[in-house]
Amino acid sequence: MSDTLNLTLKVWRQKNAGTPGKFVEYPAKNIPTDCSFLEMLDIVNETLVQQNIEPIAFDHDCREGICGMCSLVINGVAHGPERATTTCQLHMRHFKDGDTIYVEPWRVGAFPLIKDLIVDRSSYDRIQQAGGFITARAGSAPDANSVPIPKQNADSAMDAAACIGCGACAAACPNSSAMLFVAAKVSHLALLPQGQPERTRRALKMVTTMDKEGFGNCTNYYECEAVCPAEIKSSFISMLNREYAFAAVRDGVSVI
Amino acid sequence: MATLDSKIPSGPLEKKWEKHKFDSKLVNPANRRKYTIIVVGSGLAGASAAASLGEMGYNVKCFCYQDSPRRAHSIAAQGGINAAKNYQNDGDSVQRLFYDTIKGGDFRAREANVYRLAEVSSSIIDQCTALGVPFAREYGGLLANRSFGGAQVSRTFYARGQTGQQLLIGAYSGLCAQIAAGTVTMFPRTEMLDLVVVDGHAKGIVVRDMVTGKIEAHAGDTVILATGGYGNVFYLSTNAKGCNVTATWRAHKKGAFFANPCYTQIHPTCIPVHGDFQSKLTLMSESLRNDGRVWVPKKKEDCGKPPGEIAEEDRDYYLERKYPSFGNLAPRDISSRAAKQVCDEGRGIGSTKLGVYLDFSAAIKRLGENVIRERYGNLFDMYHKITGEDAYKVPMRIFPAVHYTMGGLWVDYNLMSNLPGLHVLGEANFSDHGANRLGASALMQGLADGYFVLPYTISNYLVTQAGKKVGTDHPEFVKAIEEVKARTEKLLSIKGKRSVDSFHRELGLLLWDKCGMGRTEASLKDALAKIPKIREEFWTNVNVLGDGNDLNQSLEMAGRVADFLEFGELMCLDALERRESCGGHFREEFQFEDGEAKRDDEHFAHVAAWENVGEVAKSVRHIEPLNYENVHLAVRSYK
Repeated sequence: MSDTLNLTLKVWRQKNAGTPGKFVEYPAKNIPTDCSFLEMLDIVNETLVQQNIEPIAFDHDCREGICGMCSLVINGVAHGPERATTTCQLHMRHFKDGDTIYVEPWRVGAFPLIKDLIVDRSSYDRIQQAGGFITARAGSAPDANSVPIPKQNADSAMDAAACIGCGACAAACPNSSAMLFVAAKVSHLALLPQGQPERTRRALKMVTTMDKEGFGNCTNYYECEAVCPAEIKSSFISMLNREYAFAAVRDGVSVI
Repeated sequence: MATLDSKIPSGPLEKKWEKHKFDSKLVNPANRRKYTIIVVGSGLAGASAAASLGEMGYNVKCFCYQDSPRRAHSIAAQGGINAAKNYQNDGDSVQRLFYDTIKGGDFRAREANVYRLAEVSSSIIDQCTALGVPFAREYGGLLANRSFGGAQVSRTFYARGQTGQQLLIGAYSGLCAQIAAGTVTMFPRTEMLDLVVVDGHAKGIVVRDMVTGKIEAHAGDTVILATGGYGNVFYLSTNAKGCNVTATWRAHKKGAFFANPCYTQIHPTCIPVHGDFQSKLTLMSESLRNDGRVWVPKKKEDCGKPPGEIAEEDRDYYLERKYPSFGNLAPRDISSRAAKQVCDEGRGIGSTKLGVYLDFSAAIKRLGENVIRERYGNLFDMYHKITGEDAYKVPMRIFPAVHYTMGGLWVDYNLMSNLPGLHVLGEANFSDHGANRLGASALMQGLADGYFVLPYTISNYLVTQAGKKVGTDHPEFVKAIEEVKARTEKLLSIKGKRSVDSFHRELGLLLWDKCGMGRTEASLKDALAKIPKIREEFWTNVNVLGDGNDLNQSLEMAGRVADFLEFGELMCLDALERRESCGGHFREEFQFEDGEAKRDDEHFAHVAAWENVGEVAKSVRHIEPLNYENVHLAVRSYK
């Protein structure tokens, strides 16, 4: 039932951040249409090892679209051509026999390249550490049903919380902006009653850290929304803007 | 054996934990920062432990192999987390959750541990809600529940089909707060390659920086392993690609006993294997069995037909037929075995004939497509992405796959291994699930261990270590670093003909065939004869390209596969010695006439804990008897 494809890959190879990289062409032969994009790369890597060529390095882990570890810009699109799909869940049935496929890493200044297709996304962790949490010491929590939360608020919070932190939003943005990621984090907690005490501080600190890490500004291209595998809506960016504006006014910080 | 003291407190079951907490030693808040605690792993157990210990004021170092602690494989858990809240007023209680879990584990878990788990379950839901986990809610704003396998009450809390993700983000955000506060130092892209033991106590670890290749040691007052299970020994499993046994196996080789390695859970509802290129298997949450009906054709000749052309009376809803009171929500081991049986009878579906249908048409007719979409939309989408099929229109095709491992390093009631100073949490330990884990109990156990058990019990060990700090200049550290370097160089120097992956696949296929859903004395002996040969070829013919001072994924995998090649042998050895069937361990020689698992309580109501003495084949089997004072050992029936 499985058909196969013969493809040409143009893969970005780069030994490390200090060495210039380049596209290298590899044939990908007899690729079953039922396999995922990463399984296709596994097959190619297996043939490279047979030829004593070092395999292509790429990030991946869960391979079921939830951990956010996989990346790859495929033919110029972060996570490839299918909407709402991570690279690990992109299947080869969406390609045609004879296709040439360009495979590149996320290209964002705040995600320095480590090797081949692997980049360092620890800037997202630092933004989260700046305020992306609710301080709730283990053992101190009240009964979970003591604070009812209207279903629509809980659902909206969940829509934002679904972010997998992969970095595609910044990779797709012409400004390398991380606004969709930060918006998802700030909105998730701002929509819940438990998130209120630290709401102002959170928005200010996360946005400040985002800027400090070198991410660009949002100028409403909405490329982020188009590539987001978790379908985070750009309306959360509007919410972040409101959160930040109110927070800045409250804290007496000037908004430019 | 004096070495296996489970340290279960005396007194009535429901008072044991309370009593133990009071009897436990305390470390003064001002003294806590003087203790360095090493936590390996950042999943639910590791992140919650690291965050809680940081909050208490300890100096914590946390390590993970992923690029961020938020990626640990707990994130992939879909269905939910159990807690004895009884918010549904349907008869739940701590006692009932305890009993369901003990029975679900086929009476092979420790009573005291399981009772404690049930007792702290409610606090976990409170804690996670306080951290901002957006659990599903009803219109009135209160928390919603769903049912899971092996229970007749609704006690599972969930966040759509992404409960693990939301709980992990909650634990991770708590960890982030502690990293920002400076109590926790995080080491991502860092893999533990050995445990350092000084004078019989775990005092540190040797790690490899996966970006620079640098091998170095970290010293601490205690080491906590929360490194998950060993399901990837089968190559194909629902685990993430990076999940491995290395941390626990290295600790085992340094003296920690490995308990019940033969207990592996084969999850009944996964997307079937569809080619030899396949790199992993994907689970479809057990929660789907709330509304999906499992069936195969009654007649073999119907198996090739499209499901829509098979009349209702020609379908065998075998779970409903065999287990009328639990029906499609029979526990995982039982549902998996039932699927295997119908496929063995030649009634499997799909191109490989290794599949059964999970059909939502009745639920869609009863509730409407929108309700089903709201409940399971993301799972249907995932199924569509992988198979290209629309499960709203045609039934899902599913088959069992390796999912979770109940075995792990042996721990006492304090979650400390027989090796003093080594604590083991979550899936990495053996403690709470017996021979089979019930759905929605893994998340519960991981967070129970990290938030509510270890923070109390760890001080019992720490108070004995005041003034006994050891630095990384100690000869044992120097030696351990040299050993890890030598092993790394050896792997890089073989330069044979086969890829690391090809050995992993070979081992996995062998184990699935000989030590998978069904095991026999002959199959296990066959595997035990073959594994050393694969291992031998690995060490002479593997080809690991690149060098050690660089990011090198082949080298990372080579080290893990080398350990799987040793661990797999112990798993088969344990399966061979356990001459009974229980839970996920099904020895075909031991079954009732209707095919149900036949336990042997007289000879095997115990934990088997293996001691490494060099060669795996010579490992020594120790026993911890399981004493049931509160539940009556019974044949497990879900009929």
